[in-house]
Amino acid sequence: MRAFRIFVQKEFFHIMRDRWTTLILLVLPILMIILFGFGITTEIRNTKFAVYEPSGDHTTRAIVNKLESSEYFILERYIKSEDEIEQLFRQGKTGFAVVFGKEQILLVADGTDPNTASILTNYATTLINSYLQESAPTATDAASRAITPEIRLLYNPTLKSAYNIVPGIMGMILMLICALMTSVSIAREKELGTMEVLLVSPMKPYLIILSKIVPYFTISVINYITILLLSVFVLKVPIAGSLVLLSGVSLLFIIVSLLIGIMISSLVDKQIVALLISGMLLMMPAVFLSGLMFPIESMPQVLQWFSHILPVKWFIIAVRNVMIKGLGFSSIIREVLILTGMGIAILIVSVKKFKYRLE
Amino acid sequence: MLKYLLEKEFKQFFRNKALPKMAVIMPFMAILIFPLVANFEIKNISLAVVDNDKSSTSRELIQKVAAGGYFSISEVASTYTHALRSVELDKSDIIMEIPAHLERDLQREGSSEILISANAVSATKGGLGSAYLAGIIGDFNKEINGNISTVVADSFTITPRFWYNPRLLYTYFMVPALMVMVLAMVCGFLPALNIVGEKESGTIEQINVTPVTRLSFILSKLLPYWIIGFVVLTISFFAAWIAYGLTPAGNLGTIYLFAALFVLAFSGFGLVISNYATTLQQAMFMMFFFVLTFIFMSGLYTPVANMPRWAQNLSIISPLKYIIIVLRQVYLKGSTFTELLTPFWMLTAFAIFFNGWAVLSYRKKS
Repeated sequence: MRAFRIFVQKEFFHIMRDRWTTLILLVLPILMIILFGFGITTEIRNTKFAVYEPSGDHTTRAIVNKLESSEYFILERYIKSEDEIEQLFRQGKTGFAVVFGKEQILLVADGTDPNTASILTNYATTLINSYLQESAPTATDAASRAITPEIRLLYNPTLKSAYNIVPGIMGMILMLICALMTSVSIAREKELGTMEVLLVSPMKPYLIILSKIVPYFTISVINYITILLLSVFVLKVPIAGSLVLLSGVSLLFIIVSLLIGIMISSLVDKQIVALLISGMLLMMPAVFLSGLMFPIESMPQVLQWFSHILPVKWFIIAVRNVMIKGLGFSSIIREVLILTGMGIAILIVSVKKFKYRLE
Repeated sequence: MLKYLLEKEFKQFFRNKALPKMAVIMPFMAILIFPLVANFEIKNISLAVVDNDKSSTSRELIQKVAAGGYFSISEVASTYTHALRSVELDKSDIIMEIPAHLERDLQREGSSEILISANAVSATKGGLGSAYLAGIIGDFNKEINGNISTVVADSFTITPRFWYNPRLLYTYFMVPALMVMVLAMVCGFLPALNIVGEKESGTIEQINVTPVTRLSFILSKLLPYWIIGFVVLTISFFAAWIAYGLTPAGNLGTIYLFAALFVLAFSGFGLVISNYATTLQQAMFMMFFFVLTFIFMSGLYTPVANMPRWAQNLSIISPLKYIIIVLRQVYLKGSTFTELLTPFWMLTAFAIFFNGWAVLSYRKKS
């Protein structure tokens, strides 16, 4: 046991004495939360818009006022001709213009960014329609029949994009620390030849590996706590479900990721290869195919199938269900079973592949 | 002197098994595969319907919603609780609950209410989806009023028009920016990793004891990647043209000019990293850290204008932001040089700053 403790201590020294890497490992979650939390924002506020109104009567002024008083739009200025729109768009000063014609309102949007453009035209249409309805004489109202939609936004009533990204960041960071770092550190010992020294020691091979993953396990737990604290206090994303269940799922995922790291390192013997495999096959797909940034449903079918084999995808679903939606264990049984199954399969492969004989 | 060093670098590059292949494959991967993944378009929203009325009006409404193209009906639930369960399990995104007596209320009182509950975990999907649905219900209102021939004084028709990208293709938004990313990888990362590699394997010592000057050593590292970078950029132009029919609306010369300026700035950044890192792992981590920051401050995914004020102010530190603006503007809007003066001066400033720092922090002594 004492020997094991010393081995673990050696691993900690290995990490801590590389100042840059330690710093980045601990600061990375903070940076990611801030960048993703505020950088990827789908909320649209205070968009500048230009107005062209040759007639300039009471109604058009009122509509402009209505747009301006909403939180979405700020009036950039009135323009004198339609040609000016082109100039404004090309200089990037504004991406939205309202042109009043006779009995027609033209909403010109800069389609360079398709999402913003369609959201802006949607908002503007809704605002103008609601103005027209308000101002329409009440006599016609009585005759018309209307269904009013009452919109309820579940789980995230203020439509903050942060709610969607916290589970994703958690998956990414834990994957990075556990799988990538573990695989690289074992591969490095192999590459430098120091693995031989360890293997000829009286320590059992599985204890050597265990001592390798203890530090990364510790760092992931620290990062997990950091992410939770940051998301609750900085991003204001509350933990809707049970903290114990959330931590349990995360623990399961940390173990699965560590096992992946060990499996990769037992298959390769060069640092750079371990880095590329975990970077290209784990990190990149984790970012793009897990639904962290882009909705999975819009992707081609093949990629959607591929995303099923990624543990991180199931982890993100489970975290989303527990943390954001506040569901109980019965709703994440499938995810837990899949993760456990993957963990066992990976464990078997790495035990079979791990060579503790000297070559 | 420089000539021999360059010869060495080119030989090293082309004798490497992976690098030349990567340089050709990367732009194709980035331009062809990535836009498939990076897709914010919201389509196929699954809708759970709870119809408590089961009248002809409610059936008409459901049909109209299903025919709209945005929604596919994933479940017809008997109660709201059932529908909610299907949202909890991610089988449906939005619930539309039609109240009992919808038709009767409409006829007697002229109004009724429909409940739309959207899963808003993904704010875009929840927000847009519920807005679409409300829009369809609005259209439906007009129709049922039309049926009984009440003329509603609709004094204006509202027509949206999208410039530069009339079909609102997300690909057109992403592809010019992806070209920049490829350029940044080739011209910023590879030379830096190359120098750190020489450090780690110890061969840099041999260079340090020769009369080679700092400048010619660094130039010999950068020039090959600049040339490769421009080849790769040109490949990207062709890939975008072949795959998406996307050609620049503006001048190709403008793009090359700005690309050159950006490459100068970004390889300076790579050099700074290579001066501080001693192992490949460290260099990778530092780059990961900074490049992530640059990317998210650049407006690659979402416009900078939507960010909070402090993030907008912070975004001036990202050289990627300016070159992405330039590529998008020139490619889609056909902007000319005079309209791009701000990015020009900013990129020039970055080039001076990073390269100055790189020269100052470079030491031939170890």
